[in-house]
Amino acid sequence: MAQDLGWKELPEGDTLKAGTAAQFHTGDWRSKKPVKDEKTCINCLFCYIYCPDSAVKVQDGKMIGIDYNYCKGCGICESVCPVKPVKAIKMVSER
Amino acid sequence: MVQVVAKTGNEAMAEAMRQINPDVVAAYPITPATEIVMIFSQFVADGLVNTQYVPVESEHSAMSATIAASAAGARAMTGTSSQGLALMYELLPIASALRLPIVMPEVNRALSGPINIHNDHSDTFAARDFGWIQIFSENSQEAYDNMLQAVRIAEHPKVKLPTMVTTDGFIISHCLEKIEVFEDDVVKNYVGKFPAYTNLLDLKNPVTLGALDLQNYYFEHRRQTAEAMKSAKEIILEVGKDFGKKFGREYGFFEEYKMDDAEMAIVCLGSIAGSAKSVVDEYREKGVKVGLMKIRVYRPFPAEEIASVLERMKAVAVVEKADGLAAKGGPLFDEIRSALYDKKKKPSVIDFIVGLGGREVTHKHLNEIFDELKDLAATGIVKELIQYKGVR
Amino acid sequence: MATIKELSLQEDRLTGGHRMCPGCGAPVIVRQVLMAVKEPVVIVSATGCLEVSTTIFPYSAWKVPFLHSAFENSAATMSGVEAAYTSLKKQGKIKDEIRFIAFGGDGGTYDIGFQSLSGAMERGHDMLYVCYDNQAYMNTSIQRSGATPRGASTTTEPAGKVKQGKVMTRKDLTECMVAHNIPYAAQSVCGDWRDLTKKVEKAMSIRGPKFINVLQPCQLGWGYPMDKTVELGKTAVDTCFWPLYEVENGKYTISYKPKDKKPLVDFLKPQSRFRHLFKPENAQLLSELQADVDKKWALLQKKAECFGA
Ligand code: SF4
Ligand code: SF4
Repeated sequence: MAQDLGWKELPEGDTLKAGTAAQFHTGDWRSKKPVKDEKTCINCLFCYIYCPDSAVKVQDGKMIGIDYNYCKGCGICESVCPVKPVKAIKMVSER
Repeated sequence: MVQVVAKTGNEAMAEAMRQINPDVVAAYPITPATEIVMIFSQFVADGLVNTQYVPVESEHSAMSATIAASAAGARAMTGTSSQGLALMYELLPIASALRLPIVMPEVNRALSGPINIHNDHSDTFAARDFGWIQIFSENSQEAYDNMLQAVRIAEHPKVKLPTMVTTDGFIISHCLEKIEVFEDDVVKNYVGKFPAYTNLLDLKNPVTLGALDLQNYYFEHRRQTAEAMKSAKEIILEVGKDFGKKFGREYGFFEEYKMDDAEMAIVCLGSIAGSAKSVVDEYREKGVKVGLMKIRVYRPFPAEEIASVLERMKAVAVVEKADGLAAKGGPLFDEIRSALYDKKKKPSVIDFIVGLGGREVTHKHLNEIFDELKDLAATGIVKELIQYKGVR
Repeated sequence: MATIKELSLQEDRLTGGHRMCPGCGAPVIVRQVLMAVKEPVVIVSATGCLEVSTTIFPYSAWKVPFLHSAFENSAATMSGVEAAYTSLKKQGKIKDEIRFIAFGGDGGTYDIGFQSLSGAMERGHDMLYVCYDNQAYMNTSIQRSGATPRGASTTTEPAGKVKQGKVMTRKDLTECMVAHNIPYAAQSVCGDWRDLTKKVEKAMSIRGPKFINVLQPCQLGWGYPMDKTVELGKTAVDTCFWPLYEVENGKYTISYKPKDKKPLVDFLKPQSRFRHLFKPENAQLLSELQADVDKKWALLQKKAECFGA
């Protein structure tokens, strides 16, 4: 929805279409970003199931990457990644 | 088509609810409105309605569930009084912000404290700025008629606002009167199908209702509600007129009694109008040109319409069953005076606060009020602007 | 019991783009709960972190129908939705099989919404109520709630020179719900996806009122690094500070018994809300807290023995 609609244009009744937050990007909250190692990832999908921001992309049961539009860089994905000794997701500085 | 039956105000409202046959009723008992809920529960128990009845644990939950049911696309109703309404206050503006056409019978009872179960109008007056249409009734017949019209008004596409229909606690709610009720099918056709403008259960068009508005949207949404309240005026008149055509009793924002040639007027609302009308008759016999205005629609407040009638008067006495506790008079007085402010010719207006907590408003009280009004019309001198009548 | 792979096949019902804190456990709970539901679902939420952050107009993170009305009435609100559904379905106006889930934080559930929850559970509405319990009013800056554990420092019951945070023991809401004799009451955690999704799946197979109390680590209010949310949830369980169990028609089942129960300090130490407890003068309090956990854990095991399946 376009911002700043006037009262005449706004849909009545404090009503919103579902899922519009997809248009709101929280990626710029990040100071570190998760980077995945394609080679070591075992596709356990722990990162997917514990990401608070629905930012881990999965297709056909495979972890296919991070949606940086939403990822806030919390690092939970790295922390739950079971791959040893080096995790398949590493948090790296944005700068 | 019409049946004449004896019904109390509560019975009349419960009967209207049965005929409206809402999808959901969520309610909690409170004197003097309890009977509405009791009678309706029996209708549910006897399978006379399609209603899913939710016997909630408080009025707060009653209004919460009613709001939710309405948001889910159901015709939803509840009923309450006084403290019960006060417990709902938090939610009343949420119902109007969501633009839900809930209809609620409300039996006017004094607000605590001290606790009291009898009639005055402090409960609904305190709810005046919550975006609810408020329609007052003088007797059981009006209560019944108003309930039916409330559905048409609330559910009108230009309105979509919650509406409460009030009666005076005990005086109307428990007083048996002969009223006309229509056949079930007639009411069914009259109220029609519920339009469900908002439908949380529509899985194909999922919505989010009740989102957080920050500084950038709250004002616009409030304005929408205010504008809807304003457009409700036209619909209230339309529905009132149409009701007259269909059923022989026409309704407007207010009733004018012997106002055509009146030089002074009493303004009141609710059951007190009945006895005040007979006092008008007495004074008319004595040659006093007095009339009466009985406010039916308190919200949206028909300020211009009221003022354009009252501007012709020399003096006006507002008689109301609520007190501003050191505001500039009672709420009705305040708004009527303000409505008259823009008129070139303004009558003197005085306020009588009467009947708090069910205190009887006697013939003697009314006589004193009429005498003072007569004096005011003659002299233009306001002796006391705001007076309590009937307090020791 | 679905695998993660199976759960991942359903499109996420909560989008990114919401404004919860980074590393917040609440959206993790919501995502896992919704993943475990196969049927169409309608959501109600109490006012709180979750609701304000996911529905800042004009952006809603909910892809499924969602209703918020006030703080203390999530359960009553869902009662109304469910009543509307039942009525319209009976009248043939709705055909779909819909599930109903109400969310509330601990403030909206243990405290201000307790009556509404109790009423809805007693009336037997077909709904699942999920409390995301982060043990304080986090949305308004960490005020104590009935769920705040003894000894925790909050902004309205802070640790100071003469007081060591919260004085009273927290309310045991899960047991309150068990006492409502509802068909299903359970405790789960943000930190064990398998436990939570399994419990939701079970709840969805039962008609009537269900309640799941989910402990939700909160990096802001508890004071720990934001990537440790899941880890801390696990530690709460491994220390038996927050046992995982369920009560189905009165039958207690402990979902997980730690092989070696960790000391409570393992859970307390990483959190700044408990920092003051580690002063030497608070050793006694610390041991009382441990004793309390031990006592409750023993009692729960007893219940499972006596009222087990
Ligand atoms: S850093 Fe946090 S938000 Fe980003 S993908 Fe990982 S878990 Fe999700
Ligand atoms: S948690 Fe690690 S191994 Fe598992 S899918 Fe994510 S990146 Fe791959």
